[in-house]
Amino acid sequence: MANSSKINKEMALIDPIDAPQAKKPSRDGFGMALVELGAENTDVWVMTADVSESTRTHWFAEKFPERFVQVGVAEQNLAGVAAGIASCGKTVFISAYGVFSPGRNWDQLRVAICYNNVPVKLHGSHTGITVGPDGASHQALEDIAIARVLPNITVIVPADVEEARKATLEVAKCEGPAYIRTCREKMPMFTTAGTPFAIGKANVYRFGDDVAIFACGPQVYESILAAEKLESEGISCAVIDCHTIKPIDVEAVKYWAGKTKFLVSIEEHQVSGGLGGALAEVVSSLPRTHACTLKRHGVNNIFCESGEPLELLKKYGLDAGGIAHFVRENYIQ
Amino acid sequence: MVDDTSKQMLLETGLLGTGLKKIDDMKKLRLIANGVRQSVVKMLHQAKSGHPAGSIGLADIFTALYFNILNHDPKNPTWPGRDRFVLSNGHVCPVMYAAMAEAGYFPKEELMSLRKLGSRLQGHPHRGSLPGIENSSGPLGQGLSIAVGMALVAKREKKSWRVYCVCSDGEHDEGQIWEAVLLASKFKLGNLTALMDRNNIQIDGFTEDVLPLEPLAEKYRAFGWHVLEVDGHNIEQVINACNEAKKVIDRPTMIIAHTVPGKDISFMEFITDWHGKPPGDKETTTALGDLEEERKFYGSESGV
Repeated sequence: MANSSKINKEMALIDPIDAPQAKKPSRDGFGMALVELGAENTDVWVMTADVSESTRTHWFAEKFPERFVQVGVAEQNLAGVAAGIASCGKTVFISAYGVFSPGRNWDQLRVAICYNNVPVKLHGSHTGITVGPDGASHQALEDIAIARVLPNITVIVPADVEEARKATLEVAKCEGPAYIRTCREKMPMFTTAGTPFAIGKANVYRFGDDVAIFACGPQVYESILAAEKLESEGISCAVIDCHTIKPIDVEAVKYWAGKTKFLVSIEEHQVSGGLGGALAEVVSSLPRTHACTLKRHGVNNIFCESGEPLELLKKYGLDAGGIAHFVRENYIQ
Repeated sequence: MVDDTSKQMLLETGLLGTGLKKIDDMKKLRLIANGVRQSVVKMLHQAKSGHPAGSIGLADIFTALYFNILNHDPKNPTWPGRDRFVLSNGHVCPVMYAAMAEAGYFPKEELMSLRKLGSRLQGHPHRGSLPGIENSSGPLGQGLSIAVGMALVAKREKKSWRVYCVCSDGEHDEGQIWEAVLLASKFKLGNLTALMDRNNIQIDGFTEDVLPLEPLAEKYRAFGWHVLEVDGHNIEQVINACNEAKKVIDRPTMIIAHTVPGKDISFMEFITDWHGKPPGDKETTTALGDLEEERKFYGSESGV
């Protein structure tokens, strides 16, 4: 079935949207971009803390060993050494699991990187519940919150492998620190080389009149599927890929608040402090003419558990079915 | 040789620093250190908060660094060929500010703005607020990592500049220090010289009571470092140790500098209470009197 008329053609998504040709983890996009960057810019350095293969920095390491730094299982040192390298005019990508970086090295991120305002770009991989069987200790569900609260940093949560590639290329160009959040699990590739990407500019993938779903990460695709399902039930949902959590796209929030008066946030993160928190901050400062309702969906103040990624998404209501359920329950009250 | 026109061009592009003329005369250096101490006392008295004991105790080491050891140019603080100086225990920044002002980075009058609203002299150093500050610091244990990053760039890109890092003994309680110690050894950073202010005190008391650190020299040697020990108030020893460190190219050097907190101020020496409390009016008068006595002992001010 070809894409419904509600899908935004300008975004060059795959067609049909519900039949992706392939799946890849978003961390692969990060790793591929590093190799592109390494070839075009000799001032790009990459570091890891004993997780080069799983964070996909080993591709860069093989090609540019003279600009790769392995620090061992030492995330605090990872961040500090990166700040020192960056202060010498380099753009430094540091890569580890989200629970450890920015989880373990937040003080170093705060002072050595953000207060110094040096171009260190964190890559937190294996984030969200889709890291699966490793269990709650390894499921980063607070990383967006702790990163975005810091001054000077840009925070991006790509929706798929191609967007992760573009996001990585873009943060290399911007001054100052950044945090890119990716996932371990293979997810549908639904954006294409032709899909636009600009830091701070949310992408509208689907138009709708009743509800505006703002999502990030793997939940963007799941939200599109949920919207298609809800359409047949008479609820018309727009789906916005809010890949940049900081700086959040205030104009997009304002536009959809005015148009639908009903916003929903969907993320693989605690409902506090992440995308939903960022949206709530914007909504609270909108003029009265744009007063709207915001419902936040994510992991609700708990530690999750071991399980297969798709089982966990289903259990915590973050797959298409769960998202449709959340929207339906909150819209029809 | 570079002719004058070319030199001027290089200066303008920042590729060449004029450098600061190094002072080798120990008597002059001791008098500068005395002046730095006096500045620190006045600054903390004005600021009404800050950390006197460690700052005063480091005056000789900072004088050695800023007037003899470092290749730097106060008039061109971003000169690419400069040695990088990283302060890890940021709370002793008054002594760094005083030495920097003395060396010509900014007017000495500005020292009295320390910790005040609108000042470039933040309570803990901030890269970006004041030219010549390489790194923001304050949370302990972070500076050595930054220094390791800089030294790694210099080594891999075959730069001639060196990296110096001043850290404290107390911050060796932090695990991150030892992560950096391991990594510096892995990369054989012979271009890195660290100086530890071994003054034996930290906020809650003596280091060996709070969390025993000894044997520090043996620990560093076991981690693959070249280790030297000096009297941190003997400027000549500090300079000689830094020069000796340059000869060891396959290992980083740790210079354990034994210092007396509050050195040369009668009521402050060895007293842990003075870690984080500023001198009041009377104490400032006494301290400056003590330092003037020392100054007389070193000789007249003429020729400085």
